[in-house]
Amino acid sequence: MTGGALLLSTMDLLAWTAPGWGQTLAVALAKSVLIALGAFGLGLLIGIGGAYGKLYGGPVARDLLGIYTTIVRAVPELILILILYFAFTSSINNLLLAWGYDRIQISGFAAGIAVLGVVQGAYATEVLRGAILSVPPGQIEAARAMGMPPLMLAWRVTLPQMLAAAVPGLANLWLIATKDTALLAVVGYAELTLVTRQAASTTKAFFTFFMAAGMLYLAISILSTLIFHRIESWARRGQVRREGR
Amino acid sequence: MQGFWVPRRLVMAGIGLAIVVWCALALNWTWLAVPKYQALMLQGIWTTFWLLVVTMLLGMALAIPLGLAQAAGPWWLAAPARIFCSVIRGTPLLLQLWLLYYGLGSLFPSIPWIRGSDLWPILRQAWPYAVLALTLSVAGYEGEVMRGAFKGVPHGQLEAAKAMGMPRFTLFRRIWLPQALQRVLPTLGGETVLQMKATPLVATITVVDIYAVSSRIRQDTFIVYEPLLLLAVVYMAIAGLIVLLFRWLENRVPQKTV
Repeated sequence: MTGGALLLSTMDLLAWTAPGWGQTLAVALAKSVLIALGAFGLGLLIGIGGAYGKLYGGPVARDLLGIYTTIVRAVPELILILILYFAFTSSINNLLLAWGYDRIQISGFAAGIAVLGVVQGAYATEVLRGAILSVPPGQIEAARAMGMPPLMLAWRVTLPQMLAAAVPGLANLWLIATKDTALLAVVGYAELTLVTRQAASTTKAFFTFFMAAGMLYLAISILSTLIFHRIESWARRGQVRREGR
Repeated sequence: MQGFWVPRRLVMAGIGLAIVVWCALALNWTWLAVPKYQALMLQGIWTTFWLLVVTMLLGMALAIPLGLAQAAGPWWLAAPARIFCSVIRGTPLLLQLWLLYYGLGSLFPSIPWIRGSDLWPILRQAWPYAVLALTLSVAGYEGEVMRGAFKGVPHGQLEAAKAMGMPRFTLFRRIWLPQALQRVLPTLGGETVLQMKATPLVATITVVDIYAVSSRIRQDTFIVYEPLLLLAVVYMAIAGLIVLLFRWLENRVPQKTV
């Protein structure tokens, strides 16, 4: 009966309901996007902490952050995901056992966000550090001289001015986050790429499904590029526009 | 080196050394002594290495015309080049790899003249698809970088060469390309490390690189962390070598005398 499956046309294969795989793909796409959002958010938090630590932290904190960013940027994401995936789940279970609880099944979703977030954090640290450095030091010194508390200084002076320099790098990181979710397919998490492969090998319509998934990823990337352009021009609203740019 | 070995760094190096010693003593490294695995690991490192070199060279060879088409070509060359770069950069490499391997791999056997051709024994293996996917990926990412590099070469240089009556190809070979390459050299090192980090994906289509070897050891012996740790160290060493190589290259290229 494989002949019958082969004869289904492209539209039937991608249809929303039962013989088609549309709904399955849409759910997988939503999972991918949510993981990318979570990882990007976590990476941003780590990045803010890391950037401030690298710029204003003590010497030991700086060295440790340097080791963190160097390792993450030199080891393939796939291997980090495997190491962290195993280490993260087993160490949480060991902790739970040590405290006298039962071991729990950690969802692939949470583990995926944690692992990709740690990877994103290393890159975000570098992006944000560069952006903070692009703020003229006189501005920060002036705010300090006026007696502004550090948090208010960060919120009113550093953040608005670094945003314009940070947005292109962060946009790039977001695109990397959406594409890196595909790596979770290797550890068996049913995100868009893995579901696509399952659909393709069930129906033998390899081109149809991989092309469809490619279109979905491409749509995300084009849409986010447009959104980040808007954000960048909003972040640059206070800047004098230079000639010829 | 005087400023590097301050006391806190000595303490940190001591802690690091202690961790390494603990790893060496407490973890299970017996599998390293098995000759079969040693041979496999050497083979795997070699596969990773040649995949990286071959795809970088082929990809750059494609990226130069792609960048040139986008920077200076007519619209009917620039538009397809731009679309190609956006598609490659906008979709995950794993998806491209699987599209080529499973898609083409299921298409080719159904075409009689391909099955009958001399190339069939090669096309039946996995590595041509890995090379193709990784090459296209380099071409897409570097095409974008080369576009910026070609555009960044000062216009006066090209105008001067034109005014001297230099033929267009000589101008490209002597003035435009060398200056563009000089501009991308610092980014190219980073891009090569990124490409190295993409190579373990080929293990998912049964190419036996160093990552696949470590997975095989994991499955054979049920030892989880040790092969992965060694793998991370191997990749860090390769990344270090790439960085050193490009630093050496950059020092050899004559700097701007402005």
